[in-house]
Amino acid sequence: MNCIIIDDEQTARAIISQLCSDTNDLNVVEEFSNALQAIKYLNQHEIDLIFLDIHMPDFTGFDFIETLKKPPKIILTTSDDHFAIQAFEYECIVDYLLKPLTLKRFEKAIQKVVDTDKTLNKNNSLQNIETNSGHDLYVNIDRRLIKIDVQEICLVEAKGDYINIKTETNNFRVHSSLKKIKEKLPDYLFVKVHRSFIINIEKIIDIEDNSVLINKDVIPVSRSNRSNLMKRLNLL
Amino acid sequence: MEQPNISYIQNMSGGDKNFEKKLIGIIKSEFPIEMQVYFNSMKIKNFDDASEIVHKIKHKISILGLDESYKNAIAFEHGLREGDIALQVKFETTLMIITDYLKNFE
Repeated sequence: MNCIIIDDEQTARAIISQLCSDTNDLNVVEEFSNALQAIKYLNQHEIDLIFLDIHMPDFTGFDFIETLKKPPKIILTTSDDHFAIQAFEYECIVDYLLKPLTLKRFEKAIQKVVDTDKTLNKNNSLQNIETNSGHDLYVNIDRRLIKIDVQEICLVEAKGDYINIKTETNNFRVHSSLKKIKEKLPDYLFVKVHRSFIINIEKIIDIEDNSVLINKDVIPVSRSNRSNLMKRLNLL
Repeated sequence: MEQPNISYIQNMSGGDKNFEKKLIGIIKSEFPIEMQVYFNSMKIKNFDDASEIVHKIKHKISILGLDESYKNAIAFEHGLREGDIALQVKFETTLMIITDYLKNFE
């Protein structure tokens, strides 16, 4: 993670810099004694994390945050504990460290940043599944949004934190859940037959007691979902 | 009267003597300037500015392990915002103690 330090006190910057050097994956790319210099820098550089002092002359840490259109993650470093409530009104603020900083508390803050990253990545993957007029589904695979015609989907299988979306010709592995994709698929076409499977009823080849054949895949049908599936079929 | 120490700095350095030397050097250069700003502000009774600089100095007081003086500095900083200078003597005594202590590091 590339980070910058903004603090008008050199002593504080030196301590934070030392703590960063003791921490894996933290790279201090710049240090600033005032927020205005940092704003100029951020206009031209992308960074992952800011260590930001609140109490600075002329331009406070909060003033600084307000100027940023898309603030990166921020750890506040301050000698005052009474800004804590205000601090957490800002989504970008991950933690609030009281000076003098300690290694243990610093490491905890960095862990919070790492955990926030993981959560964001997860949410991004989910949000990147979009439908277009109910016929197209866009999935995020390796940072590319790939369009899938929902009518071409044969089945969706849950596999841990991922789902496999199978069409007749392709298999797409996406970081999402069965519940999320179910919301994006038209109900008239798709039905959940098992806690790990959603199928396209138009792709069914045949049905046995507790399974359904789709293409060459035999999909289990759970007892609780079987009646729902049967209701959807045009039985003679 | 409590005396300054470098336990925090040593703890932070993890045995890195260069860092210890560097940090003490920074404190030695920043502290006298901040102290001067403080005295100048007090001289002209600009208590808001004095409060601002006490805020900055108190970090150094805590780094140097002066726990009681740190509490006093917090109270003094807040008092100054209301124009209350009751803790001035105590605070300035701490400044003198630190000044003397820093002379030990050449």
